[in-house]
Amino acid sequence: MSGLLQPPTEPDGVLPAEPAGSLGMTTGYLGATAATAVAVASRYTPAAWRLLLRSATFYVGAGIVLFWIVCAIFGHLFAPYSPFTQQLLNTNAAPSSAHWFGTDGLGRDVLSRVITGSRDILIITPLATILGTILGTILGLAMGYFGGVFDLIAGRIVEAFLALPIVIIAFLFIVALGPSTVTLIVVVGLVFTPLIARTVRAAALVERQQDYVSASRLFGESPVRVMLGEILPNVMPAILVEFTVRLGYAIFAIATLSFLGFGIAAPTPDWGADISANYIGLLSGYWWQTLFPALAIASLVIAVILIADSIERVLAS
Amino acid sequence: MATFLLRRLGLMVLTLWILSLIVFFAGQILPGDPARATLGPFAAQSAVQALDAQLGVNRPLLTRYLSWIGGLLHGNMGTSYAYRTAVEPFVRAALINSIKLAALAFVIVVPLAILGGVLAALFAGRGVDRIISVTGLALSTVPEFVSGVVLIVIFGVELKVLPVTASSGVNASDFEQFRHLILPAIPLVLVLFGYIARMARAGTIESLNSDYTRTAILKGLPRWTVIRRHVLRNSLLPTITVIATQTGYLIGGLVVVETLFNYQGLGNLIYKAAVAKDFPMLEGGVLIIGVVYVLATLIADLLLTYLNPRLRIGGAE
Repeated sequence: MSGLLQPPTEPDGVLPAEPAGSLGMTTGYLGATAATAVAVASRYTPAAWRLLLRSATFYVGAGIVLFWIVCAIFGHLFAPYSPFTQQLLNTNAAPSSAHWFGTDGLGRDVLSRVITGSRDILIITPLATILGTILGTILGLAMGYFGGVFDLIAGRIVEAFLALPIVIIAFLFIVALGPSTVTLIVVVGLVFTPLIARTVRAAALVERQQDYVSASRLFGESPVRVMLGEILPNVMPAILVEFTVRLGYAIFAIATLSFLGFGIAAPTPDWGADISANYIGLLSGYWWQTLFPALAIASLVIAVILIADSIERVLAS
Repeated sequence: MATFLLRRLGLMVLTLWILSLIVFFAGQILPGDPARATLGPFAAQSAVQALDAQLGVNRPLLTRYLSWIGGLLHGNMGTSYAYRTAVEPFVRAALINSIKLAALAFVIVVPLAILGGVLAALFAGRGVDRIISVTGLALSTVPEFVSGVVLIVIFGVELKVLPVTASSGVNASDFEQFRHLILPAIPLVLVLFGYIARMARAGTIESLNSDYTRTAILKGLPRWTVIRRHVLRNSLLPTITVIATQTGYLIGGLVVVETLFNYQGLGNLIYKAAVAKDFPMLEGGVLIIGVVYVLATLIADLLLTYLNPRLRIGGAE
């Protein structure tokens, strides 16, 4: 594909002008990370990882995530009831010593559903984020490295996708393809691709100006080798930060799609779907059916963001 | 300035055209027959075919795209499959409702987030900064229906001070409408706060570290005067862009908030149209979101150019 693209310009010490309006002036979802990540990339040292293990926020975040991972894997073993058992004589019961989190409209134990409801979201979100990160990295590296016409065209398409709310694009595709675990992973992964591409592109643009890139090009290395062998390792920290932050947003997206009815099918316990099934009950005062799954989602995303924040801080210090 | 404007307009038209392609073809890949969806599973096959012919869905794809685009250029969004009347009145009413909700969210979040971001920057690296930054980032990843549920439980169910639905009836007074929109606006505020505050913080820090701020301090200006006249004026420019680009997100968030609070806005319209396979309604709604986003970005760019003499005098880029 490089045949039709203009080769990168020789670095002359000044940053090239951004292709007009392609991605330069607009920043969308978490716009500031691109800039931060670039700053991060240049100051990365392996010793930084030891600092991470001294950060309190990292431990809090990791502890909460670990707790939910344990629930996802072993939850069915220690949940007080089966998440599917309906006690039709004991529906909408308020929290008590028998049912700490109460029961839902079908008499199912809310605590057990919250514990086991972590499984699907913890399988889907990492896979979707990994897919989006791989595709976004490839696209972003190519846009940043080749620049020119390719960057302009890809930039326009990215921009058009960014004009639409993520949730709307995702549910259009899910309505089209039918909800399934694989569809959710692929759709959320694809929706994240342009966002990650934008960050990687910004980081790659900076690296392209460095002497080591022109040196390896003078050695005759192919564009693919320069991108993957030279630029990629240097933008890796930026990608890592982007990955952890995106993981938080993947949970946001998957939970939202579940809430809208495009996620995991009933009766499988799922926080978003359980809130969707029970929020009408709020009007009757059955707050426990929705509040506890809501707090579970909140704790998981906040934990992921705490981890992302401590990684970013360590890399920046 | 004129070339800059023309270039921006050109790119805007290009983005909108790509968007119309995405919207149209995404709508076409939705499975299911619109006539079958309208008439139900027991309708005779001949009736289904007749309605398909009447709706024009059995024409070739390109013909349909051209007639759709041609209609759009004349301000005609087509006829709803489900309601058999023009799409525009529905889209217009929904857009007005959504703008009310979005405007309220913006009015609350913009001053709050700028204040938070500037405060964080002034105390960069210290406790206040950590609290504002991490809280902002964490809140921005908590899905709207999660914070919405918590708000409903606290203010609607326990304290009973605010209505838990957004719709205030046909002849409601402005104040009554406003009261109904407070709770739905807060989840949007919580998500947006993090983005805007992050950008305001980054801009303020950059401006605080600049030579002109150092000069202003060295010539003995009081600290507050330096901040107000030199720092803030420069630091808030990038924030304007972020605020504009969040309109795209805002409408995605509206899908969830409007569902949770039962409000007849654009998000709700798109959601229902997707489920009912009402393509013209869906395409009209999604395209309007794109137009709003592109317009907001354009206005932000123009405002930025107006406020920043360096861009104005320096020409396009």
